[in-house]
Amino acid sequence: MTEVLVLVDHADGTVRKTTTELLTIARRIGDAAAVFVGSGYESAKDTLGRYGATKVYIADAAELDEYVIAPKAQVLATVASSAAPAAVLITSSLDGKEIAGRLAVKLGSGLVTDATDVTAELTTEQSAFAGAYTVRSRITHGTPVITVKPNAVTPEPAPATPVEEKLEIQLPESATRARIVERQPRAATGRPDLAEAEIVVAGGRGTAGDFGPVEELADVLGAAVGASRAAVDSGWYPHAYQIGQTGKTVSPQLYVAAGISGAIQHRAGMQTSKTIVAVNKDREAPIFAMADFGVVGDLHTVLPLATEEIKKREG
Amino acid sequence: MKIVVLVKHVPDATADRRFTDDNTTDRVGVDGILSELDEYAVEEALSIAERGDAEVVVLTMGPAQAADALRKGLQMGADAAVHVVDDALHGSDAIATSLVLADAIEKSGDVDLVLTGMASTDGTMGVVPAMLSERLGLPHIGAVRELTVGDGTVTARRDGDVASETVQARLPAIVSVTDQINEPRYPSFKGIMAAKKKPFQTWSLDDLGVDADQVGLSAAWSVVTEVTKRPPRSAGEIVDDDGNGGARLAEFLAERKFV
Repeated sequence: MTEVLVLVDHADGTVRKTTTELLTIARRIGDAAAVFVGSGYESAKDTLGRYGATKVYIADAAELDEYVIAPKAQVLATVASSAAPAAVLITSSLDGKEIAGRLAVKLGSGLVTDATDVTAELTTEQSAFAGAYTVRSRITHGTPVITVKPNAVTPEPAPATPVEEKLEIQLPESATRARIVERQPRAATGRPDLAEAEIVVAGGRGTAGDFGPVEELADVLGAAVGASRAAVDSGWYPHAYQIGQTGKTVSPQLYVAAGISGAIQHRAGMQTSKTIVAVNKDREAPIFAMADFGVVGDLHTVLPLATEEIKKREG
Repeated sequence: MKIVVLVKHVPDATADRRFTDDNTTDRVGVDGILSELDEYAVEEALSIAERGDAEVVVLTMGPAQAADALRKGLQMGADAAVHVVDDALHGSDAIATSLVLADAIEKSGDVDLVLTGMASTDGTMGVVPAMLSERLGLPHIGAVRELTVGDGTVTARRDGDVASETVQARLPAIVSVTDQINEPRYPSFKGIMAAKKKPFQTWSLDDLGVDADQVGLSAAWSVVTEVTKRPPRSAGEIVDDDGNGGARLAEFLAERKFV
């Protein structure tokens, strides 16, 4: 079978869940082949095998970590030109989309971003205009480059022992023109990653700056915490947790919007959530029109009570 | 120093955005605006120009009404505008868009810095700046929330996926900025009046030396096969908090097996 390349999304070898989703999709299409760039492969190895990578291309030269984006596109282009894969799958994130854009130009290939599904025949599904439309597409030129959104599929294990191939990558001068001079890993919160989380509890203007009730409900549900733009702009929560048009797009099983009115810019970031719950003092808030369940009330009393009740139920 | 800001005219997100019969975005039947995320790039260019000596050019590719996005840029304070407009461009994909914009940037001559927003608010792909970097052989720094330009170098703080990074590159360079970088200004009355007299150029594909066969819907490397309007989500049960709202919420989550 033809290989389908999956760019491994990892932090020092800790493989992110999105990669196991991509491997699951890749197996529908052909043989899943992981491409690992950077340091830490030994920690990544088991996960890649467990989710069905039959081959792993490894580019772990220390130099690759010094530059943003361009080296990853270079490695993928090198592998793609020799392996002639059926497609290249990349996580749809800020970095992933930049890599995909570069790769598409290098390969002379068509590109689809933000896919919410990919079929065995490489038809992609996307959500457009803040979730108002579903769009199906096909790439008609070159090696299809597709970025896939987190939570597009449920990762399915399919244990394999990957054949490893080490790559010697010569970075062209053009790939080294933007150099990282300092890096601060995002502070660990102990909560799931926002983009990958099964459950997200998000707070907005209605928190009035107090995210305590939001975080406590999130923790009892094992959820990630998000914030509306209003909350972020007010300095109440870091931008890395912003959900919406100008922040992250999430697609969890459950989305709890607390004190968020649900303006179009916010809906663009969470409209594809499976189940939506809203708590808001304003009965007219647009969020209620899309909620599967809503409470008209103050989140500062509703959330803590719900948290207590859930703790009781779970004993 | 010359700064080119890439801007896009997009259907207003608060209007009823839709597709046309050929499955492309309806850019004519829906009210358009300067993509909100591009305002941050224009603002950044203007503030760099105010601190030093720079000419700011706003550049767009789009149908006739896309000139409105350029006018907004001029009203905010940009010095000149370039509109790449050609019937053959209708339906161009990101690959073709980057091809045309790369040629337009080169034709602009002696560009030191290309600034863009993080993505358009219609297609939301966010790939064109990276594509331009490949095509022009210029460094690109994306997702930037702090930018310093000086001594032929850009230093940028970027919010990457898993880390915040400080990245340096020599000019000329391409930088795309997030909505965290500044607070875009509103056009002043004086700015609106002055905009009318500013240089405004219109370029066709011929002017750029781009072959019409390389762009447009028929040359796109991906094809939309189906567009379906999703049924609007219908509201479920909404209850008033009579002191019991928290318990009702927990009950709903239990029914749905989330607890």
